[in-house]
Amino acid sequence: MAFFEVRRIVKNFGGLCAVHEISFSLEKGQVIGLIGPNGSGKTTIFNLINNFFPLTAGEIYFKGKRIDSLPTHKICALGIARTFQVVKPLKRMSVLDNVMAGAFLHTGSTSQARARALEILEFCNLINKRDLDAKKLTIADRKRLEIARALSTDPELLLLDETAAGLNPKETEEAIEVIKKISRSGIAIIIVEHKMKVIMGTSEKIVAINFGREITQGEPREVINHPEVIKAYLGDHYA
Amino acid sequence: MHLLGQTLISGFLLGGMYALIAIGMTLIMGVMKIVNLAHGALVMVGMYVTYICFVLWHINPYAGMFISMLLLFVLGSLIQRYMINRLVEVDSILPENQVLLTVGISLVLTEVIRFIFKSDYLSVSTGFSGKTVFLGKMSVSVPMTIGFVIAMVFTYLLHLFLNRTDLGMTIRATAQDRDAAVYMGVNVSRVTMITFGLGSAFAAAGGSLLLPMFYLWPDIGHLFTAKAFIITILGGMGSTAGALLGGLTLGIAESLGATYISMGYKDVVGLVVFLLVLLFMPGGIKSLVKR
Amino acid sequence: MKKVLINITVAIVAILLPLVFRAPYHQHILITILIWAALGTAWNLLGGYAGQVSFGHAAFFGLGAYTAGILALHYNISPWWGLLLGPLVSTLISIPVGLICFRLRGPYFALAMLALGEIFRLVFINWVTFTNGAKGIMIIPKITMKLPYYYMALGLFFLSLTITGLLIKSRFGYYFISIREDQDAAESLGIPTTRYKLFAFLPSAFITGLTGAFYMNYIAFIDPNVVFSLANVSVMIILVVMLGGVATLWGPAVGAAIYILLSEVFRTRMGAASVLAFGILVCLVIMFLPNGIVGELDGLRKMALRKMNGGEKSGLLRG
Ligand SMILES: Nc1ncnc2c1ncn2[C@@H]1O[C@H](COP(=O)(O)OP(=O)(O)OP(=O)(O)O)[C@@H](O)[C@H]1O
Ligand SMILES: [Mg+2]
Repeated sequence: MAFFEVRRIVKNFGGLCAVHEISFSLEKGQVIGLIGPNGSGKTTIFNLINNFFPLTAGEIYFKGKRIDSLPTHKICALGIARTFQVVKPLKRMSVLDNVMAGAFLHTGSTSQARARALEILEFCNLINKRDLDAKKLTIADRKRLEIARALSTDPELLLLDETAAGLNPKETEEAIEVIKKISRSGIAIIIVEHKMKVIMGTSEKIVAINFGREITQGEPREVINHPEVIKAYLGDHYA
Repeated sequence: MHLLGQTLISGFLLGGMYALIAIGMTLIMGVMKIVNLAHGALVMVGMYVTYICFVLWHINPYAGMFISMLLLFVLGSLIQRYMINRLVEVDSILPENQVLLTVGISLVLTEVIRFIFKSDYLSVSTGFSGKTVFLGKMSVSVPMTIGFVIAMVFTYLLHLFLNRTDLGMTIRATAQDRDAAVYMGVNVSRVTMITFGLGSAFAAAGGSLLLPMFYLWPDIGHLFTAKAFIITILGGMGSTAGALLGGLTLGIAESLGATYISMGYKDVVGLVVFLLVLLFMPGGIKSLVKR
Repeated sequence: MKKVLINITVAIVAILLPLVFRAPYHQHILITILIWAALGTAWNLLGGYAGQVSFGHAAFFGLGAYTAGILALHYNISPWWGLLLGPLVSTLISIPVGLICFRLRGPYFALAMLALGEIFRLVFINWVTFTNGAKGIMIIPKITMKLPYYYMALGLFFLSLTITGLLIKSRFGYYFISIREDQDAAESLGIPTTRYKLFAFLPSAFITGLTGAFYMNYIAFIDPNVVFSLANVSVMIILVVMLGGVATLWGPAVGAAIYILLSEVFRTRMGAASVLAFGILVCLVIMFLPNGIVGELDGLRKMALRKMNGGEKSGLLRG
């Protein structure tokens, strides 16, 4: 059985079908990209994986265990961490405290949590900002904080939701480096991203969706050259 | 049997007037996303204004109501502009301090009124305040009927205002998505101020219509805050129609309760229903209808 | 080191204070301040740190007080046993209350707690056979001197402060504040938010119940409209905290001291207008000191520090 698998998941919001029968899987340490135009259901898929929303139908498996009815915090404790597209910093806590809040998942000791948090801040290039209140961070730093905080829970699978959106080219390069570093440490990653550069630079496989349905999935080059994918992104007359 | 009928009718009429108060609260809650615990105090002030007009200048309460609405419109706008609006600017740890501010405002209004009028019970008696007409064997109070009719007229006018006029539509747009309204160039702070004034004016209207049915004293505000809340939650928070439905439900439930449940536990029942609706029916009674 | 010295000084002053102010009236004021400081500190744990603003803490205060009162009324047991049973009853009741109300967020939680507090008041008024109804319960106190009560109240406040202090320095504190700042983010970091809200609620209800039981023994008279009061207990607790400093360790105590002293002045100088003055105070505090005196001072101090050495300490533990 695959390390992580979603099987025919469906989500309806009232009459709107946001996700319809999406399936994909990934292996331990693998990086895959999830792409699709605005409103195609990418963030919703993340919200389903960590059970912010209950599934309408379908199943989700992680390390051989069915997880789709577990509460959000248990899913994180099992080893799936996520970032938020609309960043959610703990505003009145310092950057260090933000990351410590996550690091407490595996230790009750404040000093251990602090040590782990400092390591992660170093890793994510945030160490100099550690004493700032999170609400004072720039958008680029907030995105970094999202990643740092997710890493602090020691995940085996990391869900990154547009962590490069709003970054300038140099910051984007840096983000790609960080993602590669994370991947090298053995953590599996699902990346949602509009910047193709990030996806192509990191992913071994791509799942493309539109209107909540899968268009195609597979080898990155093949997926982005797939006529339906081009059509979805650029409109009919380009196909 | 005609006891039940009579109870239902008077509950229905009462509920229509409650709805007016709750519609005021719904408007404010919709646009400002705040919990306004001063709403009942505004109702109370409105009632006193109508009362003074009647006692000092012998203005018929149904005419005094308009003076009261005008004054409360101004009072509400000022409260919004100079007090509640300030909270938008300050950075506070607990956003709920807005609730406490409205408690403070309610205290100030109540105590100012107490300072002027003392805690005495007052009542208005016009020529017809005790009058009833008979529907078969059931007696129906005249002021309740008049109040109900006026309340329905106001509700309808508000409905027209919100749906047909530019200002009304701006209010609805702001309630739906404040940020989007800002982008579209709506002067949101002006709209908010007007909405609060309007909500207060409706509170005053509801209060004035209820004047013949209640003894007036400074603490009566709490009663109306509670009622308006229960109605707003029952009505699913946010729509005029919901508030109307909620008002009628509360009115009927209350008068059934008064007839059939012991006085003491009546309020407990109301609060328990309130809690249950809050917990299990976020859409109010409408969510029952939909299913 | 400096901190320890300050703490020792504060403790010594607190112990010596009633020996300086010997008039019963003054000692009564001191005791009242301590009662509110204990209540405020307990509320702050749930409301200030964990961000769950309860408008119904009167329920736990009243339950504590009534446990003590009913022991005396029906079972002829010394109301002092209430100090043991009262907080237990409050804590036990807080479990279902929490599990039910924590489904709601923000102002809706506040409203639900408000409704619950009122339900308790009405039930205690109407359940005449058990509670003596609106007539209330009167006991004849064994101790009439103020001094022992002062030290008990001091102990109560100390307990409240210690529990809060220990909790917020640990994982609990980080989790509480995370939940307050963003519940969704907290949940996604593996924090079982409902459980931790309850962990803030239980000690808060415990201390509040204990203070209620102490109040019964000290004042020797309770009735539902006093101890379950929305305006005079639930809202007052919040006000004390907001005045002093939300989510600061010493804020509630500072708030209690200022508030009680001010209201004594209002009461003696203004008579009927004192409630009005109180209302105006509420409005002014919220509008101009939204995070309380200690909170705002802290902000200023931090700003000064940053100007001086361009850095800021980890911001969890304030005041
Ligand atoms: N809580 C919700 N309630 C109702 N509809 C929702 C909700 N969340 C998302 N949707 C709808 O589901 C659809 C998919 O949204 P989603 O946010 O998953 O898209 P996305 O692929 O992440 O888009 P983007 O690239 O803009 O981030 C949209 O039509 C959106 O309006
Ligand atoms: Mg998205």
